[in-house]
Amino acid sequence: MDFDALLLSRIQFAFTIAFHILFPAFTIGLASYLAVLEGLWLFTRREVFKTLFLYWVKIFAISFGMGVVSGVVMSYQFGTNWSEFSRLAMPVIGPLLGYEVLTAFFLEASFLGIMLFGWRKVGPGLHFLATCLVAIGTAVSGFWILSANSWMQTPAGFAVGADGRMIATDYLQVIFNPSFPARFAHMMTAAYLTTALAVAGASAFQRLRGTAGDASRTALRMAVLLIAVAAPLQLAFGHWSGEVVKHHQPAKLAAIEAWWETRADQPFVIFAVPDRELQANRHEVAIPKVGSMVQLAEPGEVIPGLDRYARADQPPVAPVFFSFRIMVGLGLLMIGLGFWGAFVWWRGRIDRSRWFQRAAVLMSPAGFAAVLTGWFVAEIGRQPWVVYGVLRTADAVSPVPAGHVAFSLLAYMVVYAVVFTAGALFILRLVREGPQGAEPPPTEQRPPGWTLAAAPRDVPGDPE
Amino acid sequence: MSALDLPLIWAGLIALAVLMYVLLDGFDLGIGILFPFSRSAADRDVMMNTVAPVWDGNETWLILGGGGLLAAFPTAYAVLMPALYLPVLLMLVALILRGVAFEFRFRARRRGRAFWTVMFWLGSTFAAFGQGLILGGFIQGVRVSADGTRFAGGPFDWLSPYTLLVACGLVAGYALLGATWLMMKTERDLHGDARRWTWGAGALVGLLLLAVSVATLFVHPTIAERWGVKPGGIDFGQLAVLSPIPLLGLAGMIVVALGVRSGSHRLPFAGALMLFLSGYLGLGVGFAPYTVPYALSYRETAAPDNALALMLVGTVVALPLILGYTAWVYWVFRGKVTEEAGYHH
Repeated sequence: MDFDALLLSRIQFAFTIAFHILFPAFTIGLASYLAVLEGLWLFTRREVFKTLFLYWVKIFAISFGMGVVSGVVMSYQFGTNWSEFSRLAMPVIGPLLGYEVLTAFFLEASFLGIMLFGWRKVGPGLHFLATCLVAIGTAVSGFWILSANSWMQTPAGFAVGADGRMIATDYLQVIFNPSFPARFAHMMTAAYLTTALAVAGASAFQRLRGTAGDASRTALRMAVLLIAVAAPLQLAFGHWSGEVVKHHQPAKLAAIEAWWETRADQPFVIFAVPDRELQANRHEVAIPKVGSMVQLAEPGEVIPGLDRYARADQPPVAPVFFSFRIMVGLGLLMIGLGFWGAFVWWRGRIDRSRWFQRAAVLMSPAGFAAVLTGWFVAEIGRQPWVVYGVLRTADAVSPVPAGHVAFSLLAYMVVYAVVFTAGALFILRLVREGPQGAEPPPTEQRPPGWTLAAAPRDVPGDPE
Repeated sequence: MSALDLPLIWAGLIALAVLMYVLLDGFDLGIGILFPFSRSAADRDVMMNTVAPVWDGNETWLILGGGGLLAAFPTAYAVLMPALYLPVLLMLVALILRGVAFEFRFRARRRGRAFWTVMFWLGSTFAAFGQGLILGGFIQGVRVSADGTRFAGGPFDWLSPYTLLVACGLVAGYALLGATWLMMKTERDLHGDARRWTWGAGALVGLLLLAVSVATLFVHPTIAERWGVKPGGIDFGQLAVLSPIPLLGLAGMIVVALGVRSGSHRLPFAGALMLFLSGYLGLGVGFAPYTVPYALSYRETAAPDNALALMLVGTVVALPLILGYTAWVYWVFRGKVTEEAGYHH
């Protein structure tokens, strides 16, 4: 394998987007959670909601900042490293990205200032509105970026000109392309689950350490409720997304299931080492016919295997196969955790059940891992295409020297390592301190620069 | 829609987005550039606080400028970004480090805080420097393949004495914007410091702007011709038509100087804005109508009309809203920021 500009650019894109996606996945859910907390506080006036809001907004501020700066990199990389993709495909999906900036990025960025610093400057109603607008902005951003990415998976509503440039023929078909609804539902639910698992894990950790007060009890319950509802729902959305893959990207399905042979009654492969050279699995453990059953195939329905495709058109099988299994495994564990949490809650033992709390702590990064492996399945499974069936990844790369790409990749790795380590440490420190942790509650004389310098006065019943 | 010249409208909109970016993120990058001149950690806190609520919105104009170019002029984007690979990398990496520094600096303890303070300074400075290299590399022209679809130059074409000069000029310019912003937003000692910084940065900007202006005339014959500098002599008629642009710059300098001398807190910032507008228009006049100087025009690089029309509909609705709520956010955070009060008033 040559480390040419193409391979290095692919590694760089994979690295930078894998880093980036962790933050939107977390902040989409967290922004909504904060809006709910602030709304509940304004509505019920219960202190616990305000405490939780003030606590989680600190973690939100750190995560959001990291999401913003790693996101700026993404849009410029389309040009620096994938200039042919930009030139040929942007006439179709460029407007979607433009709409993301116009309808989401400005909304988030502008009202974030009010949300973090404006509590003393605007009334509680306006502040709540700002929080809601940030939450809406994150979701709208998800809408557009999922639409653009789904179009790359299942392109529709376009034509290819004589010069190879694509041109939209129907923007409604472009935006609402075949895989978009399922993938949008799947990703948004993933974001909410990721946040719920992180909140549950942090709250359980605080309970286990004995540093928790009422706030952590409430947060743990809210998170358990969301996991119990969203995790089973996510199974349904995942299945929906799988059906779309089956119809539109059969090569990806074959890679997910490690099916090399086109046949009826496909097996369900539990474990295998897919071998591209051999065009078959080694060490395969499989249940005959169950694979077709999982796909809800008609009896006798032939499902394509990878032998339907020339080697040059096959996606890499092993990473797709393993990523999918990790994602689904984590998803099932999430469903289990949700039911367990609901059960101990129902039995009134949620605050005492240390085994459940330990499990919640253990599962706190599960959402992030599932998001990453899910994206590996989606993006590696699309290879060797950047726009599925239309433009090959190899034809999309920029005319830049490999040395430049190697240098930029190294630069991003070093900078992201520093930024990620610092950010993670700050977040973990906050998790350890807890909502009623070491930091004193906001007072009249706060150090300037304090994120929450503008937090509301701690006067009982003072509605500002 | 057929009656509208969509590529022209989009060229104007992207020019507006880039101008907004330069003016808005200019002053908050400038504050980072000025960090090493500050007296104390408390002063640096106040400096950062004057921009903390708005920097993210400011930087979004960069995404609109870049994303707008990507969407409206994909061929220009596809040629320019590989041509400017390393300056763009420098800018992005610097923006990452300074962007996270806002939160990290307040969260960190002793040594981490010192580290993120330095990162805020370096990140702001090199983001500005990288943008200057991008600007200079753009103005000196980009070599394009015969079919007009790809960058065909060398990997270090962007590096020249001219681009280095422009980069230094932009760093000084942002420092001036930052200093005048601080004059407007701070009190007492820090205000006094900002006043001195305005003098220093202003003098530097005056020199560098003059140098850049002269150098730009020699960087490409198209620019010289545009300004009436022709092989046979100077066409004063043509120069006169464009003379309001340098005069605006001169007026900006005078407003800054008079503002500082008269003790005004706001006039210097207004003057600095005038100066930037003049520089922006002056450079823009030189390379218009190219989106890839001096090879591809805005028309040759534009996305199809249906894409431009779709985006225009969204822009007509969203842009006034964005400008409106951006103005509102600035209004909410108006007035002086002081050490004791933070944002309390």
